Amino acid sequence: MEGDVIILLSAAALAFSVLSYVLLDGTDLGVGILLGLTPSPDRRRAMAVSILPIWDANETWLVLGGGGLLALFPLAYAVLLPALYVPFIAMFLALIVRAMALEFRDYTDKAHIKRRIDALHLCASVIAGGCQGAALGTLVQGVSIQNGEFTGTGWEWFSPFALYCASVLVVGYAWLGACWLYWRTEAALQQAARCQAKILSVATLVLMTALLIWTSTLNLNYAQRLSSHVVEYTTVGVGLTAFVAFWMSFRARSDVLPLICALSLFVLGFALMVITLFPFIVPPNLTLKAAASSATSQKFMLVGFALLMPVTFFYNTFGFRVFSGKIHSTKVRLLE
Amino acid sequence: MESVEWGLMAARTQFAVTISFHIVLAAFSIGLANFLLVLEALWLWRRQQVYLDIYHYWLKIFALNVAIGTASGLMLEYQFGLNWSRLSTQAGEILGPLMFYEVMAAFFLEAGFLGIMLFGMKKVGPGLHLFATGAVAVGSIISAFWILSANSWMHTPRGFSIGADGRFLAQDWWAIIFNPSFPYRLTHMLLATFLATAVLIAGASAWQLLRDPTNLRARVQFSMALWTVAILAPVQIAVGDLHGENTLKFQPQKVAAMEGAWTRPAPGAGEPLRLFAWPDMAERRNHFELAIPRIASLYLRHDLSSTIKPLTEFAHQDIPPVAVVFWAFRVMVGLGLLMLALGITSLVLRCQNRLYNARGMLRCCVLMAPAGFMAMISGWVVTEVGRQPFTVYGLLRTADSASAVSSDQVIGSTLTILFFYLVVFGIGLSVLLRILRQPARTGEQGPQPTLPDEIRRS
Repeated sequence: MEGDVIILLSAAALAFSVLSYVLLDGTDLGVGILLGLTPSPDRRRAMAVSILPIWDANETWLVLGGGGLLALFPLAYAVLLPALYVPFIAMFLALIVRAMALEFRDYTDKAHIKRRIDALHLCASVIAGGCQGAALGTLVQGVSIQNGEFTGTGWEWFSPFALYCASVLVVGYAWLGACWLYWRTEAALQQAARCQAKILSVATLVLMTALLIWTSTLNLNYAQRLSSHVVEYTTVGVGLTAFVAFWMSFRARSDVLPLICALSLFVLGFALMVITLFPFIVPPNLTLKAAASSATSQKFMLVGFALLMPVTFFYNTFGFRVFSGKIHSTKVRLLE
Repeated sequence: MESVEWGLMAARTQFAVTISFHIVLAAFSIGLANFLLVLEALWLWRRQQVYLDIYHYWLKIFALNVAIGTASGLMLEYQFGLNWSRLSTQAGEILGPLMFYEVMAAFFLEAGFLGIMLFGMKKVGPGLHLFATGAVAVGSIISAFWILSANSWMHTPRGFSIGADGRFLAQDWWAIIFNPSFPYRLTHMLLATFLATAVLIAGASAWQLLRDPTNLRARVQFSMALWTVAILAPVQIAVGDLHGENTLKFQPQKVAAMEGAWTRPAPGAGEPLRLFAWPDMAERRNHFELAIPRIASLYLRHDLSSTIKPLTEFAHQDIPPVAVVFWAFRVMVGLGLLMLALGITSLVLRCQNRLYNARGMLRCCVLMAPAGFMAMISGWVVTEVGRQPFTVYGLLRTADSASAVSSDQVIGSTLTILFFYLVVFGIGLSVLLRILRQPARTGEQGPQPTLPDEIRRS
């Protein structure tokens, strides 16, 4: 019994890390996508500035997810990564390009080179987001395991379902990015972000709904889980509330509200995924319990998590606050 | 069978490539963060503009370095699962928590304060800014602590039991973290990061001094770097010797490979120092050996006649690839001695009051700029290749640690990563050199100097 509680707490810690990554760095990747699609150099600069001081901290959640998965559920780590070999390596390479594109762009004064760097930033953000979506899709559609080892071909992520998940996540990230920009910018750039956010919200909602239906046709367990009344009503209730609130929030005085609504839809999507998969960590066979490390290891980490997370949360918030506020583009310095 | 072996080789190459690049970036981050902390403290203490100028100058380089370092570190956090999933299954319960603590205690500390350190001076004021720099510097050292603990455990595993399914189970975390080789490895590695960074800074400053010997900022950083080299190079050699003794105790075949010692010398003859040799795994002996008698006894056993257990006294399937270990060790020690010479020369020139004008010395410093990092990589090759054919020393073989991934995917991804890293690091290096060519100016600006004005609460 106590063992089960520890496993559940471990699963919660891991889910918290992954969700934090998706919400925080997903927004950064979304900004990267929109940045690459923006013709005006001044606006691109403002967009880059908005994520420059914080992207590094946001990406760290993915490192925590990796370390956490290895430490808390080593068997899941050992089968998932071979199964997701290609998308994960592609994602890591894309994230390196993203980091370079963001930090190095202002070391050139030539407008055309800067444009190319930003185009690379766009590609990297799309690939990173797409790979994450494909990875989640591959996980949901199930991974074949025998004797604790992955037995598939390694190309399972190249399925219609997984690729569809990739597109959903890319569009969703772009939506988060647009909401972020609406919050952090002003004047014409903010108007453009508002317009993008509205279009992308509809696209995301439609894609996510279709994903939900598709997921429930994958197997009987998923269908039962997702069609239970509690889940159905809550999903429709929370989803619609968030969506309506999103549209109304543009009239409010606080510009952060659309982002909060968009993030809450992401939390809903993530919660639905967890509900669908539970108690499996790698469906169709590997349960959380079977994949868990021993209670000694999990306790050792949970103690650290409980002690250090509040501290982390405190100084991350502080870091965010120092660089909060609107971006005012300074025309003086831009050489373009 | 053939393709499996190729796959294993590709997996090992992939780890070697990803970790080599990352080690350089991470070590440079640790070294620079602490250098920056000293500079900022000096600035606040003495209120001299020159320290702030140097601070801002190196802060720009730090920003670029950390950005790629974070991204390349991400790749490593997942390498254990991508290519070494059986190691992860077997030892994940022990290695995972150490890496998890590294992220929680160190990476978040670094990343959380990084933004403030890079862009926040105008926003938070000097006091809090010094705190942010300190947090990043301390975070970088804590991260070295945890990752080297995990690495050391794989060399000298302690504090575990083996479960019914053959997996390593944690018994005693204190014994796991402070395993026997950890204190030596941590000290040796941290000193290496400081030394390598100092040698690089000395090289860059020397380049700038060759063009303009009067540049005050170049002089100050040159002097600081060479003080560091002069003090740390001898300390590092002493610590290295202790680390070697520790290795002799726990991994004797690694030391035998480092020395190229295949057979025991005649009683009383002592262990020779082999300056040159071509170790032959098949014939189990050296070709073209050039050796000085008894010297190895002196530094291994601290007398003139003791010997070490030679390679032929170990099971042949348990010894590492001797030539690689043997040569990497010589490269490391050779570069270490050169750095020692650099430090001593700097002290002599300082006494003669011509540290900034001795052009020969300045040119040597420029040539030596990458020496610290090269020595560091060589050291890693010695210790990691020297651990072969095991991942967890003596307990889990490398061949039994790999993932069940098709060799095509491993080989393809390894080539892609190698190509990609070469391009990315090539670009990074060229930008770095472009910045370093321009010496720091009076009123030097940090990275993105206009950012604090661009982001503000209205």
